[in-house]
Amino acid sequence: MLRYIGKRILYMIPVLLGVTLLVFFIMHLAPGNVAAMILGENATAEQIAELEHEMGLDRPLLAQYAAYLGGLLRGDLGTSYTSGESVTAKIMACFPYTVRLALVAAVVSVLLALPLGILAAVKQNTWVDNVSMVISLIGVSMPIFWLAVMLILLFSLKLGWFPVYGAKSWNSIVLPAISLGFMNMASIARTTRSSMVETLRQDYIRTAYAKGLSKGAIVIRHAFRNGMLPTITVIGLEIGQMLGGAVLTETVFAWPGVGRMMIQAINGRDTPTVMGCIVLLTVCFSFVNLIVDLLYGVVDPRVRTMYR
Amino acid sequence: MERKETGYALEIKNLSVEFRTRERTVYAVNGLDLKIKKGQTLGLVGETGAGKTTTALAILNLVQTPPGVITSGSIHLNGECVLQAAPDAAKTGPKHKKQRLQKGMNERELQSMRGRAASMIFQDPMTSLNPVLTVERQIAEVLEKHEGLKKDQALARAREMLELVGIPGDRGREYPHQFSGGMKQRVVIAMALICNPELLIADEPTTALDVTIQAQVLDMMQKLKRQNGTSMLMITHDLGIVAEVCDCVSVIYAGRIVEHGTLEDVFDHTLHPYTAGLFNSLPSMEDRRTRLRPIPGLMPDPSRRAPGCAFAGRCEYAAERCFKEPPGTVCRTGEHMVACHLYNRDNIGKEVLRHG
Amino acid sequence: MEVGKRNNKQREEELDFASIPKNSGFKETFFRLCRNKAAVAGMVFLVLLILISVFADVLFDYQTTCVDQTISQRLQWPSAEHWFGTDEFGRDLLARVVHGSRISLSIGVAAVAFGLLVGGILGAVAGFFGGMVDNVIMRACDVFLAVPMMLMAIVIVAALGASITNLVVALAISSVPTFARIVRSAVLGVRDMEYVEAARAVGVKTGRTIARYILPNCMGPIIVQTTLRIAATISNTAALSFLGLGVKPPQPEWGALLSSGREFIRDSAYLACIPGVCIMLTILALNLLGDGLRDALDPRLK
Repeated sequence: MLRYIGKRILYMIPVLLGVTLLVFFIMHLAPGNVAAMILGENATAEQIAELEHEMGLDRPLLAQYAAYLGGLLRGDLGTSYTSGESVTAKIMACFPYTVRLALVAAVVSVLLALPLGILAAVKQNTWVDNVSMVISLIGVSMPIFWLAVMLILLFSLKLGWFPVYGAKSWNSIVLPAISLGFMNMASIARTTRSSMVETLRQDYIRTAYAKGLSKGAIVIRHAFRNGMLPTITVIGLEIGQMLGGAVLTETVFAWPGVGRMMIQAINGRDTPTVMGCIVLLTVCFSFVNLIVDLLYGVVDPRVRTMYR
Repeated sequence: MERKETGYALEIKNLSVEFRTRERTVYAVNGLDLKIKKGQTLGLVGETGAGKTTTALAILNLVQTPPGVITSGSIHLNGECVLQAAPDAAKTGPKHKKQRLQKGMNERELQSMRGRAASMIFQDPMTSLNPVLTVERQIAEVLEKHEGLKKDQALARAREMLELVGIPGDRGREYPHQFSGGMKQRVVIAMALICNPELLIADEPTTALDVTIQAQVLDMMQKLKRQNGTSMLMITHDLGIVAEVCDCVSVIYAGRIVEHGTLEDVFDHTLHPYTAGLFNSLPSMEDRRTRLRPIPGLMPDPSRRAPGCAFAGRCEYAAERCFKEPPGTVCRTGEHMVACHLYNRDNIGKEVLRHG
Repeated sequence: MEVGKRNNKQREEELDFASIPKNSGFKETFFRLCRNKAAVAGMVFLVLLILISVFADVLFDYQTTCVDQTISQRLQWPSAEHWFGTDEFGRDLLARVVHGSRISLSIGVAAVAFGLLVGGILGAVAGFFGGMVDNVIMRACDVFLAVPMMLMAIVIVAALGASITNLVVALAISSVPTFARIVRSAVLGVRDMEYVEAARAVGVKTGRTIARYILPNCMGPIIVQTTLRIAATISNTAALSFLGLGVKPPQPEWGALLSSGREFIRDSAYLACIPGVCIMLTILALNLLGDGLRDALDPRLK
């Protein structure tokens, strides 16, 4: 088991290297001169050249990349072009907010989605099924940012229950978490339903009925764990989606997380900050995927034998 | 629940089961009668698609509704009524959710019957065990349900039972994917027999296994069955297995019993042309040079009901009458009966079928 | 040489009759799809939407309704004259939504088509050849998939600059790896089937084998994924525009409309609501169609 985890983490390294390389080069495709931008319109050519040299921007791209990578290994993500602060410090100040938001949204959406999906599968083709699947279908079709705007309109502006933006009071997380989690809930519920329906059709479920077990015992003991396998995959993917969705939610609600900072950095052409955000979110996503893989082993003994 | 002592472990009367979907209705079982005396083994023989598995599932009231509808008939286990279709059961529409019953066990009675009064071994051991639960857990579950044992006790008994079917008890902690096909079927058998059921339904228990393993599994089933005095319904298409383990035989064709009798009746005094056809399509051990004579044609489309005898289209003896009216049953002895127009009360004792 | 070639061609034709599972299920699939009311509703909506976007110029003149500003008519709630109301410059929202459907739909379709083409080729090549080629392509896909899709699109647009072309490029690139994976696994599923081996055995060329014998037989999952993917892309397009990284005003893309409507949400909520409803209905219709297609193509439900 430990060896498997070790192998998986080792495998993450080339992928993350690839990601940094990819993002680094994409970001440097951007037209325009960074030094000129920082110094403003009145800068002379010499001043620009001097700053470029100071920032190492006159070196070949690969050398710049190597320098960036070296810094990354030491936990140094560079200095922000706009504020001159350390990017690592800047991101670490925002990161807890994103984690809090994503965790609340993920946990609540999974806790709601599983019972909804299972209930729909067990009560297949009844009104329970239909209602929960209509809700889920609307959920997967509703753009996150629109839901966010509508939530603000209804609960903040009309009813005044929750603050419009920021993260100042305890209840300010409610609306961002709903807008971020609703789509995930819907999509997890849909997957849960279809995999449970599929599982309930299996031969071993018939065997369990023939043993005289009650429907409840069969669903909980026999179907649930088997039906979970596809759901776990989707939960992992959805959390990745959420990290992307956090950019939208945080922007709409002015939630001081990594996503919002990234958009601000993009608008300010602050490449090191953008890079830092992407790297951090990608690492998070990779760890989520690792956890998903390990969960697979917990649920399915056939996978567990593969670990050895 | 009233209970009449009848001497029969299983009594099925006039059972009909249909599968109704929006596109078509499949008539799987059509007026089937079946009886098993206590302690005896009945072989139910027929081709794939003849309605054998549906019949077996109906005994445990496990036919999926929808799409399945039991349109007529009754099933009694040890004199206890499992189900009796309501007179208007056939009127159930295609969007039905519930089976219409006149009387029968409710959900709780059904659960306490399944696995204890009657249990079932399914055809494919590969898919009939849950892949994410240990083998002993799956066996112990039956005891926890029916005998109210605590988890530890149940697991201990499960391991004993595994030994009894020839698997080392400590392998119970393993998962189904670590077992071979034959061993999985032993596990399934252990699961079915652990509560000493009065009736064991074995649905082609050896079809998915290698020939050498088949014999072992059959021997073991026979042994355990004799020890406990269990009655058995052996569903198979293999007449060799029937000869080996059964006391009586019922031959099923298109959801109806066409011939029934003791092993001797059916094997030595074959009456129905279909039964004869089954024997002819077996390789003979005495004369290895004779060519097999398979029954021509295929089973009729189960979604169409012909007015006459279902076998008429493939029968070499078929007369005009066979296509028009369904045959009634004629008895040769108290036990031996046949449903075929070839026979009437006068010629039933004589040899009517051509041989060779 | 000449003779040999003709022979191959002939043999291939014989193969067509003999052993290839033809897509005879197409009609049947379509009928099954038509029995699914939700899928039909989705299809009808999409057809209407496509018609509206094709004839947008006939319905509303772009210059007079979507560009010219009439300040006297600004921020009017929906009425008989302006069904969807007017925006902050007095332009008719219905006209802008209708013209916006053009942009949203075409970006969605173009990006997915592009992604499908590139991803499909990569996946087919990887699946068919296996080995080294497969390894390189799949590891590259891993790298792309390691970044959440939305982030990848944001980065690409941010680097290239916000324009419709760059948006299409970004969204296409971010959907390439998904398609490559699907096509690869589909190809792997049918690669070793007997009819493919038969085709190779009679000497059909590799590219031709892939195009004629393998791809047609793994269309099912690809069609379904394409439908669902267009939905996701339309949503992402709107999201990027909403963030100011996609279509820029005054072009009437739905996400951009929603974004600019957000400023007036207190008093003119319809400005944000209506484009959002349009996005949602379109995605809903595509999802319904995709679900219907999946069920119709699933042989287990036959």
